[in-house]
Amino acid sequence: MDVLYFAWVRERIGAPKDRIETNAATVTELVEELRAREPRYEAAFADLSALRVAVDQELADFDAPLAGVREVAFFPPMTGG
Amino acid sequence: MRVAVQSDSFDFAFEAAAFARDLDGAGAVVTFTGIVRDVSGGLEAMEIEHYPGMTQSALTAIAEEAIERWSLADALVIHRHGRLSVGEQIMMVATAAPHRGDAFEAAEFLMDYLKSRAPFWKKEITRNGADWVAAREDDETALNRWK
Repeated sequence: MDVLYFAWVRERIGAPKDRIETNAATVTELVEELRAREPRYEAAFADLSALRVAVDQELADFDAPLAGVREVAFFPPMTGG
Repeated sequence: MRVAVQSDSFDFAFEAAAFARDLDGAGAVVTFTGIVRDVSGGLEAMEIEHYPGMTQSALTAIAEEAIERWSLADALVIHRHGRLSVGEQIMMVATAAPHRGDAFEAAEFLMDYLKSRAPFWKKEITRNGADWVAAREDDETALNRWK
């Protein structure tokens, strides 16, 4: 699965993307796995209320299932327009 | 309908004129353009990051919803990314409808959704450093009126 990071999430983690093998059933479980990796991930995912998630390029909730999913992206609330 | 995500600038007058041409049954065209402004003084540039895989489809879905909801004759969304200077155009929307009320409302709807549901992130580069623009609470509440 590809895990993508944007804006300050990308900066905090220090990479735009990770390719990972995971058995996480939901986005929340994936976040727990990432947090356990290294302090920079812990820092990026410290406050989930400050984050949004997209699953296969569509906005989703943190309890979204990950079965069959190819791409998950984490980012702060969007500021377009 | 046209949705364009690009780093290049665009010619507002050209786009507006092209959009207003050959509209079927539309009596009203509304356009909106967003421009980089220096809110706090000392802004050197605005950097706009986006999610390439998702941006086009997210904007298309928003535009399609506007067309459906206000029975628009046509809709246009152009949104730039990359490094922009003060005074540069960031984006534009245009809507065409039989009557002006629908065209205005649909344009506002597009703007409200672009603000907080299209995967763009703005970063302000100033003399003193760079900071991500925080999402505003009222941008989120602005969406409620369309539910």
